[in-house]
Amino acid sequence: MILLFLAQTLRIAIPFLFAAAGGALSERAGIVALTLEGFMLGGAFGAVLGSYYGGSAWIGIAAGVSAGMALGAIHAVACIRFRADQVVTGVAINLFAVGVTRFFLDVAFQSSSNSPRVAGFGGEGLSALTALAANPLVWMGVAVMPVLAFVVARTTFGLRVRAVGEHPQAAASVGVPVTRVRYVAVVWSGILASLGGVYLALDQHQFTDNMTAGRGFIALAAVIFGRWHPVRAGIACLLFAAAETLQIQLQAAQVIPSQFVEMIPYLLTIIAVAGVVGRSRPPAALNQADA
Amino acid sequence: MSRLRQVFEEGVLAPLVALLVALVAGDLLILAYGQAPGAVWSLLIEGTWGNAYGFGQVLYKATTLTCTGLAVAIGLRAGLFNIGGEGQLAAGGFGAAIMGLWLPSTTPALLAVPLCVGAACVAGGSVGLVPGVLKARFGAHEVIVTIMLNFIVLAFLNWIVSAHLAVPETLHTEGVRAGVLPRLSAMIPAFHGSAANWTLAVVLLAVGATWWFLFRTRSGYELRAVGQQPDAAEYGGIHVGQAWWRAMLMAGALAGLGGVNFVLGYKGYYEDGFAGGAGFLGIAVALVGRNHPVGVLLAALFFATLSQGGLAINALVPKQMVEVLQGIVILAVAMAVPEVRRLVRQAAGRATGRAR
Repeated sequence: MILLFLAQTLRIAIPFLFAAAGGALSERAGIVALTLEGFMLGGAFGAVLGSYYGGSAWIGIAAGVSAGMALGAIHAVACIRFRADQVVTGVAINLFAVGVTRFFLDVAFQSSSNSPRVAGFGGEGLSALTALAANPLVWMGVAVMPVLAFVVARTTFGLRVRAVGEHPQAAASVGVPVTRVRYVAVVWSGILASLGGVYLALDQHQFTDNMTAGRGFIALAAVIFGRWHPVRAGIACLLFAAAETLQIQLQAAQVIPSQFVEMIPYLLTIIAVAGVVGRSRPPAALNQADA
Repeated sequence: MSRLRQVFEEGVLAPLVALLVALVAGDLLILAYGQAPGAVWSLLIEGTWGNAYGFGQVLYKATTLTCTGLAVAIGLRAGLFNIGGEGQLAAGGFGAAIMGLWLPSTTPALLAVPLCVGAACVAGGSVGLVPGVLKARFGAHEVIVTIMLNFIVLAFLNWIVSAHLAVPETLHTEGVRAGVLPRLSAMIPAFHGSAANWTLAVVLLAVGATWWFLFRTRSGYELRAVGQQPDAAEYGGIHVGQAWWRAMLMAGALAGLGGVNFVLGYKGYYEDGFAGGAGFLGIAVALVGRNHPVGVLLAALFFATLSQGGLAINALVPKQMVEVLQGIVILAVAMAVPEVRRLVRQAAGRATGRAR
């Protein structure tokens, strides 16, 4: 029972973990990560296209990641090269991703709701636990936050990301290529977040319209609630996923209406930014294009 | 530089450039789908401005978008990014419906309509007030708070409607008993079947009032001063926190007013999910309209045309094409605004340099 609960929590948490990793990286470099939802949706659709036409889940991963990379690159060019407002481009990327996936869902599969069934990982009839263990994306998802924490805290690139996100002028004055670091961070955030969408689509073996359903924003909430630190953000993801699992399992009992459980991540985040329980402070140069 | 030229270069040029980009992107999409761009575009115009029904639908959609656009614009004038339009719009519609359900059906329209509209503004305004107060009191970032609040408000409304107020087997309330606004087709028969209604008149008044407030009153001046440079405004004796929560209160009330359009003007009841992204599109409307009430009105007409046009062209290309175009327009405007400003300044710099 408890093992099943943990397995279910992990299964729900994987998309959050990937997306929150992308969000943490982008925001630490000073670029607002409102785009996570769009990156995820692009990744999910790419994964289904790849898996459908390539016949293998691995091709699905490659295609999904390419979609996330492309969306990340568009976002990066818009807000770094053209200095567009990052909140606006974030909203635009999300709308764009919804539109593009709907348009090509119609073009590729003549449907406005869902794709046909595609190959995922693991065969039929596996138990919940073995299916989870047979999915390489689960292992990647578990590893992503510790790895990101190491990269941000211990590598040259991580140091540069932090410098660029806190004080770009100072970073530039000691020779850090601010623009390049930001480009790399945003494109990587597209890759990481799209993996969350790839996992969702391959786990459900199909793409459905707007299937990310706000998960990108829960991931963003986790980043903020985790005070922009990868490991803390990862713990927040697990916490939010556990709440969702609890809600699913208690649904029959009708203890609390599901809508109130849905609110938990958002309420906690508002409380966190209002500084009621310890102030959470964003990277100083967040949403300041003029470096 | 003459005033007219400045207005053109800073306000009109960037949206025009963006429009051109979107037009080219649209052409490419249409060609990729194997259709002729000319035929699709003319179908889009025909289905919107080319007949009374289509035009009525454009007016209906523009009414809501003007409200959510104003809600973003007034926030940005105060230096605040209000992403909460979606929740404020839904709350406004809910407020109007609750008042309309509560009032006895014998209430004269002259009393019922202002009460319902007022309830919409109060409900939307209270949702807007939360991020305003949290910003003023705790410095909580309004972008984060408004995003999170959208989900909270929508989940709450979903719960209260589905658990307590819905007609069985549906997600909408019963029809309101008082405060219904007549459709325009009651006066102009050509609009028959379209949802355009007298909310439009209320919203046009709101556009005028917003303009008057922003540019002709003292608190409007204070609000803009805070938006330009909060530290300088504070030094000049303006209470920055107060300007912030006032701006968010008004923003929420304006977005809430948009809910009247659907609830009292179109369906006559509150339906879960009626906002359907109009709150988010308000960001695009304010951006293209350059945060000016009149610009917002024009931009709302543009986005309403796109959205209604999608239905018109569905016979040739998937209607989802307009959603792609909306995203591209927003991206292009967001990029063109700072770029055009930079280029204009560069050119002006060169010109004055030569003169010296």
